[in-house]
Amino acid sequence: MMLDCGLSVHTALNFLPLPLVPSSRLLNLPSWMPRESEGSQLEGELKECCSRIFVDSAPEFCPPLDKIVDYSELDVILISNYTSMLALPFITERTGFKGVVYATEPTLQIGRLYLEELVEYIEQTPKRNQAKYWKEVLHLLPSPLCDSFKPRSWKQLYTLSDVQASLSRIKVVGYDEKRDVYGALNVTAVSSGYCLGSSNWIISSDYEKVAYVSGSSTLTTHPRPMDQNVLKNCNVLILTGLTQTPTVNPDTMLGELCMAVAATLKANGSVLIPCYPSGVVYDLFECLSSHLDSSSLSSIPMYFISPVADMSLGYSNILAEWLSNTKQNKVYLPEEPFPHAYLVKTGRLMHYKRIYSDGFSTDFRQPCVVFCGHPSLRFGDAVHFIELWGSNPLHTVIFTEPDFPYLDALAPFQPLAMKAVHCPIDTSLNFTQANKLIRELKPSTLVVPNAYTQAPSAHPHRSDLVIDQESRYVISVQRGEVVSLAVKRHTAKVDLCPILADKVSGCEVRPGVNLATITAGLLVKDNQHNIKEWADEGPSGKRKKLTRPEDCLRQLKYEWGNLDIDQFVQKLNQEGIKDAKVERSNTGFIIHLEEDTLIQVDDKSTHIYCEAADRQLRLKLRNILMQCLNSF
Amino acid sequence: MTEIKVIPLGAGQDVGRSCILLQMGGKNVMLDCGMHMGYNDDRRFPDFSFIAAEGPVTSFIDCVIISHFHLDHCGALPYLTEIVGYSGPIYMTHPTKAIAPILLEDMRKITVEKKGEANFFTSQMIKDCMKKVTAVTLHQSLMVDGQLEIKAYYAGHVLGAAMFRISVGSQSVVYTGDYNMTPDRHLGAAWIDKCRPDVLITESTYATTIRDSKRCRERDFLKKVVECIDRGGKVLIPVFALGRAQELCILLDSHWERMNLKVPIFFAVGLTEKANNYYKMFITWTNQNVKKTFVQRNMFDFKHIKPFDKKYEENPGAMVVFAPPGMLHAGLSLHLFKKWAPYENNMVIMPGFCVVGTVGHKILNGAKQIEFENRQVVDVKMSVEYMSFSAHADAKGIMQLIQYCEPKNVLLVHGEAEKMEFLREKIKQEFKLECYMPANGETCSIVTPYRISVDVSLPLLKSENVKHNALPPNPKRPRVIHGVLVMKETALCLMDVDEACKEAGINRHIIRFTSTVRLEDPSPPSKTAEKLLKLFQEKLQGWSVVLTDGSISVESVLVKIEGGEDEQKNVYVSWTNQDEELGSYILDILQNMGHVAS
Ligand SMILES: [Zn+2]
Repeated sequence: MMLDCGLSVHTALNFLPLPLVPSSRLLNLPSWMPRESEGSQLEGELKECCSRIFVDSAPEFCPPLDKIVDYSELDVILISNYTSMLALPFITERTGFKGVVYATEPTLQIGRLYLEELVEYIEQTPKRNQAKYWKEVLHLLPSPLCDSFKPRSWKQLYTLSDVQASLSRIKVVGYDEKRDVYGALNVTAVSSGYCLGSSNWIISSDYEKVAYVSGSSTLTTHPRPMDQNVLKNCNVLILTGLTQTPTVNPDTMLGELCMAVAATLKANGSVLIPCYPSGVVYDLFECLSSHLDSSSLSSIPMYFISPVADMSLGYSNILAEWLSNTKQNKVYLPEEPFPHAYLVKTGRLMHYKRIYSDGFSTDFRQPCVVFCGHPSLRFGDAVHFIELWGSNPLHTVIFTEPDFPYLDALAPFQPLAMKAVHCPIDTSLNFTQANKLIRELKPSTLVVPNAYTQAPSAHPHRSDLVIDQESRYVISVQRGEVVSLAVKRHTAKVDLCPILADKVSGCEVRPGVNLATITAGLLVKDNQHNIKEWADEGPSGKRKKLTRPEDCLRQLKYEWGNLDIDQFVQKLNQEGIKDAKVERSNTGFIIHLEEDTLIQVDDKSTHIYCEAADRQLRLKLRNILMQCLNSF
Repeated sequence: MTEIKVIPLGAGQDVGRSCILLQMGGKNVMLDCGMHMGYNDDRRFPDFSFIAAEGPVTSFIDCVIISHFHLDHCGALPYLTEIVGYSGPIYMTHPTKAIAPILLEDMRKITVEKKGEANFFTSQMIKDCMKKVTAVTLHQSLMVDGQLEIKAYYAGHVLGAAMFRISVGSQSVVYTGDYNMTPDRHLGAAWIDKCRPDVLITESTYATTIRDSKRCRERDFLKKVVECIDRGGKVLIPVFALGRAQELCILLDSHWERMNLKVPIFFAVGLTEKANNYYKMFITWTNQNVKKTFVQRNMFDFKHIKPFDKKYEENPGAMVVFAPPGMLHAGLSLHLFKKWAPYENNMVIMPGFCVVGTVGHKILNGAKQIEFENRQVVDVKMSVEYMSFSAHADAKGIMQLIQYCEPKNVLLVHGEAEKMEFLREKIKQEFKLECYMPANGETCSIVTPYRISVDVSLPLLKSENVKHNALPPNPKRPRVIHGVLVMKETALCLMDVDEACKEAGINRHIIRFTSTVRLEDPSPPSKTAEKLLKLFQEKLQGWSVVLTDGSISVESVLVKIEGGEDEQKNVYVSWTNQDEELGSYILDILQNMGHVAS
């Protein structure tokens, strides 16, 4: 089972941006060669901009590590939300993967938008060269290039047909829908409150429960609230996807963003907000439009540019069942749950597939607010706006997506006159919320990334920015590490056929405790077990040979308790065995009978030694002994 | 508690109103709470006194489930909650929760304002009632309480229609509500997994019909409409505002577009836009086609269909009017009917089923004159057509659903007795299943085999599995499990004998036998052991016979050889009481050998 399938897009920051229209500035950046380099193979691969080195090539991405896992042996991939499935085509296509992928309907639909947008961004600005020699001389390169993690495993992006093929493997699940995995396990998606359709996962057997919590939010935004109840009391809680900006409050950031936008617009400047095609951007439309209204800036147009803008706006308004209660109640009126439908209708929010789409150049007027991708500023229409507005100090770029350090994102565009404002809005759980959650959920074992067990390197003294490890068994994991979870299964639930159950007669060994020895047929189908009456096969009759070991089990009983020695000797007497001599031993008694027969008795066992020839005597002794002992 | 009881309070051998009481595992569930459109008095509501003659219903009913927004399935809900006083949980899908109050309000207006009836629920009651509803999503497993679980499946029929699986412990029932097994222009087909319920309660409106192909029916419908407008007639199509109406609108709108027709099509004002908005917002509940294209073109934005205005009814010439309600029992459709019925040129097309007692039902049965309460008599000269457009499963569809979910019993509701009878025989024959069709108020008890759940210790299961896998694969070989069932109060656990003793807190007493046989075998003991091993393996096929450290063991039987070379050997055979049969058998083999050797 694989939990999520995220793609590390950070690697793209090492590459030069892909502008829609050729940029002479980027073309004229000086080449860079390491001093010690000998070959000329490296020629043209690296460019320098404001003393940062960039790879001049189609960008590459870091898919999940291979070699640790054989992807062809995966049965199931569980996807938490649409932001953690961007590596899916790398895993499901051309690795021999044969399993199924489970995700909610919004995760599938919006995930599709993310994947298609990413592919389109890369494909609309093809690069002829693919740099690879720089990876051989990593040690000669300056930071941060030299610190790249396994750059040889980086890959160019998949194609649209890979995306289609990969997504066709997704089986859609609803919240709280139990999905059976090969009869052995159940997996259930539960609401995580982070974005449309985002889910935490419960993986359970009859008696064991593992919860995978990733990308959750307890803040009230547009998605359905997080369902915490179902996560309680699990054997293992795997917790990840906490906020990437633990030191800031998303609400404060939203406020600052609104102020920064208004200030820029009032000074006749325009605002660029690099964004993804779904998610927080919906909240931005909502908050910003009302803030502009109250700042008498209602006439300022907002542009949303993405190859999937229309789909994103459309879909968001038909996913009522996945929305917060307030938004959900709107559809009962019926009104669109998101105000952006209204903003589009009234022309305040205009959306286009691309900047060169029909109508955009005629509609476009400044000052304005532009929402477009990609937040890394390496591809997509955002590159165009940075190039366009970069030299004008009246304009502002506001970074809201927390995935990329904004200074790194801006590095290849330096020097910039345009203002840059950093207002990261990450609604995921922060450490305080996560610790509170853990205290309430009371998992037996907690599994967290190693990074959560120590204060962030940027804030080494903030001991509040860690996960509490007190009074709980915590396993911390690192990339590439294999850990075993402390879940031991003891019992499984099995169906007992009622006909057999009727025939079972128990022996009461203690008040309220009955034991019954049973031998029964076992039916195993799809990992489900059934205990049925064991049908006799054919005439058993006088079987000379013992054909099957099972045959001997049929009438079996087990003796228990102590042997009352006086009663036993008395019975022996009654049955005509009169010469028993009882002798005490260290552990019990030894009873001597005629010839070489001897019975050794202690608390938990009785051992009868007897000549083979004395078969009759032995059987007689056996009978008497069994009369004197309890059995079940 | 191995009985499941089903008591129809409505829909038992009739189509009037659905309300079915289900008793299972100590829980009482009400399936639908419909109103009968054919009555104007108390008989329109289910007889709730049947449930609890006096005293509160709430404590008796654990939950109410509404399958879809048609009034014959939800019309009595405000009556139940606001007048009878039920305050327990109510479940329905999101679209049903959105649309049902609109239809309820519409009906209330017709009943109270047009017919002047008092003693009916109010607008506020509808609102208060809907506040008590919990909306569910498809496939969500919802625990009503510790034991009672419900799960909704897509049913087609109308927007938001659902089938429900209700389970308590190991018992389960599927209630279909109304469903449709063939996708239409805007909805998908009903779907359910192989959930093997003890009872499948299915509607059987079209129990005996195998409907001709969809395309034929559509062509027929269009032909009739066009014939009528060509002769300058008016076409009245009584519909419910939501459901079939949308499908027929899509059909006519695209035909008008294709044929460039100019005759006006009207849809009763008010509900149209609102209704279509619901379809837009719950587009995830429509079929794949509508879903895929909704961003580019919304199927529910009609080009040729205009809102109806009262003054148009006097307009001369041809027109097509969609008017609610669907069974001509009240409202605009009845009003227009009275106006247009006396003229031969006109036509009324009934696109769905009509309940006994309604005008729709009367004219479909050939009535040429209709008398109304106020002694008004209307001659019916217009042509009356019936097109089965209501999206119910036909006989084939019902059989298909049975095949999908593999029930152990089938129970028919929401159909006419004779037709049910026919279908019942068919189901009995084809699936060899028991099939019931209780009448209203009749209790149908269905005995289900009770299933007992036992915990089995995993080591026990694993050891069986190891043994099983060690043998050459043979699917016919029975697998056998042997262990001790520990019964503590209601808990049952199967484990191996030592675990069981530990669990029960008792000591096992082990009886062991050791017997000696003397063998004349002048060879080293190890040689003797090998000989014996061979002999045992030959005689005990199917057993695992092992030689370790000079001793041979089979199960708990241990055979040990003592004595020097070239002399008589003492062979000790030792076994536990449980292996008596095997132990004495091995002893026999040795004794017989001894004879042969000496
Ligand atoms: Zn219906």
